[in-house]
Order: sequence, then structure tokens, then C-alpha cells
Amino acid sequence: MSIFGFFTRTRSAPVARDRLQILLAHERRLAGQSDLVAILREEILAVIAKHMSIDKEKVNVKLDCGDNVSTLEVNVELQDIPKAVASQA
Amino acid sequence: MMPKVMVVTSGKGGVGKTTSSASLGAALAQRGQNVVLIDFDVGLRNLDLVMGAERRVVYDLVNVVQGDAKLAQALIRDKRIETLSLLPASQTRDKDALTEDGVQAVIEELKEKFDWIICDSPAGIEKGAQLAMRFADMAVVVTNPEVSSVRDSDRIIGLLDSITLRAENGDNFEKHLLLTRYNAGRAARGEMLNVKDVLDILAIPLLGIVPESPDVLNASNLGCPVTLHMPESTAARAYAEAARRLCGEKLEVVEPVERKAGLMSRLFGRKAAVA
Ligand SMILES: Nc1ncnc2c1ncn2[C@@H]1O[C@H](COP(=O)(O)OP(=O)(O)OP(=O)(O)O)[C@@H](O)[C@H]1O
Ligand SMILES: [Mg+2]
Repeated sequence: MSIFGFFTRTRSAPVARDRLQILLAHERRLAGQSDLVAILREEILAVIAKHMSIDKEKVNVKLDCGDNVSTLEVNVELQDIPKAVASQA
Repeated sequence: MMPKVMVVTSGKGGVGKTTSSASLGAALAQRGQNVVLIDFDVGLRNLDLVMGAERRVVYDLVNVVQGDAKLAQALIRDKRIETLSLLPASQTRDKDALTEDGVQAVIEELKEKFDWIICDSPAGIEKGAQLAMRFADMAVVVTNPEVSSVRDSDRIIGLLDSITLRAENGDNFEKHLLLTRYNAGRAARGEMLNVKDVLDILAIPLLGIVPESPDVLNASNLGCPVTLHMPESTAARAYAEAARRLCGEKLEVVEPVERKAGLMSRLFGRKAAVA
């Protein structure tokens, strides 16, 4: 604990308030589609599956809601890359 | 007066819905209003216990909805306040025991006899909580000054605005915030969200602030709403004032202050927003 720890220790409410304000701003925007990540995951997978075979277990979708920037990260482990795609790469 | 159907809800469990349903219901009945409390917590009924009626339950809401008992057989009249009745929840584990049509029929029938129909919602946002709010005209959102409770209240407010019959029909749906288990000292020291923080975030009118108080626990130990058991306690006064606001009185909400505060601030408190 820092030497200031003793003095700053108890004022956690302002942090709570700020965290809530950021979180709820996002949650309200997503209202009614709380399973947005699941929907995105299924639809993105369907598009990829049209062109190559993928293992549904090896897909990772992450959503990170930041203050200014939010990111959606989709990681798909490809099994057998079609030749055409591989040679372009 | 047009009968009012009021759901007491929160999302998060254990924040004080049942305590508040009992206390607001008793306070309204003490003012001469005809009040019925419905316990929607199917499988986990508790309102009977808080009201001290647990040994008088014969039939319950599920029996009435399924047509196995008449409403008049299931209603339990309070022994202390004659204008207060209870419709207990059932202990069944069957999640589908209640149907939407059945609940609507019961509420319509209750509207013929009562001024206030208070629905004590179960925690969560699933079917039970949705049925409890579905036919309501207005809601009391019970919130503790704590992050997870505030977040869940925000979810519930969203749900109230989307799945209640009134909202669906485009009618106005009143929502009131009841801040409970409030610890003025901890809020003043910045250890706990304060009234302004919660009001800023949830942005619905404030119905009242009920302080954290051992009197509430005592009252439920005895099976007697705090407004009856200890009418002079701070918690009982907060509920009684909230009931007056529900009846349309314009009463300022006074923010509780820490016990050891100076005499002047103890006498006058600090003004918070009005409901
Ligand atoms: N103002 C208060 N001061 C102290 N204790 C309180 C206060 N309000 C409620 N409690 C206590 O908190 C506990 C939970 O209250 P209650 O059962 O009313 O919550 P609930 O929201 O109905 O819970 P559930 O979600 O399980 O239905 C009880 O032990 C009750 O006595
Ligand atoms: Mg309860």
C-alpha cells in the first residue's frame, strides 16, 4: 500500500459512480440485444463457413467497451485453408 | 379513485423488495386505503412471513390462477389493519405454474375490491419478474447504494419500459426510485454511492430513502411491518412518507444524515430531490 493509501482508502464511491456511468451508457445502447456478441458470433461464423470449414469450438469473440473506443475482436482458427486463399497470403 | 397496480421490483436479490412491499402496503392501509399485497415469488414465498401470516396460508396465487380456489378463499386479511390483505405465493417448484392470462384475470378481479394492488416481484429478469410487472400501472424500483444493485435497477427500468402492457400500448408508465439500506455516514465519507450519484445515474424520480436500520430486521423477526411495529423509527417514517407521496402529496425527500452529526443538521437534514 502506498503511503497515501491510508488517506485515500475509503473514497471508493466516486470510482463506483464513474464505472457505472460508463457501463450503463453502453448497456443502454445495447438494450434488448444483450446477446449481441452471440448473434455476431453466429452470423460471422456462418459467412466464414460458406467458404471454409471451421471448428466452432475454436472461435473467440471479444467485445471491449472503452470510454472512447470500443473494439470487437474475432479470432477464428482455420483448419484447412483452401489453396487459392493460401497462395494469395 | 382508480385502482393502482404497483410492482415493487429491483433485478438484484435481497435489496428489500419484500420488506418495502410490506411496509408501503401497511403504510397505505394505515391511511385508510384498501390494499392487497401479492407475493409473486413462486417457490420462495416470504411475504407471508414478513407479514406474520405464515400460519394462515391455505390457498395461494397459483391455486387461484389454476382455478383450484376462489380469490376470496385465498386472500388473507391482516389481523391488525383491516384494510390490508395478502395473496400468498405458492411453494411449488413448477416454473410455469403462473400463466399470463391467469395473472391478468386475478389482477382484474382484485381491482374491483382494492385501491392498491402491490406486486412483490421475485429477483431476476426472468418469467416471474416479468409477470409481476406485466399488468402494473407503475413501479417502485428498490435500489441499494451499491454498484451491482444500481446496474440491475437500470436493466429493470429498461424492462419496465419495454415489456409492461402499458408501455406496449404506448401509455405512460410511472417509475419511482426507493433507495433502501442507505447508510448516511458511509455515503458522506465517500465509501458508498450517495443519493445524488444514484439519482444522476438512474434518472427516475425519488420516492424515498430508507436508512439501513436494525428496526427493519426486528420487525420482520416479529412478522410485523416496521410502520406498525415501530412507527417512530427512521425507517418507518421513511416508508410512511413514501406512502404519502404515492397518494399524491408533495413532500420533500429529506436525505438522512449521520447520527453523530450536529444538532442543527440532525433536525433539518439536507434537502434531496423531490419525487
Ligand atoms: N432498511 C433496512 N435496514 C436493514 N435491513 C434491511 C433493510 N431493508 C431490508 N433489510 C433486510 O435485508 C434482507 C433482504 O430483504 P428483503 O427480503 O426485503 O429483500 P428482497 O429484495 O425481497 O429479497 P429477494 O430478492 O430474495 O426477494 C432482509 O433480511 C431484510 O430484513
Ligand atoms: Mg423478496
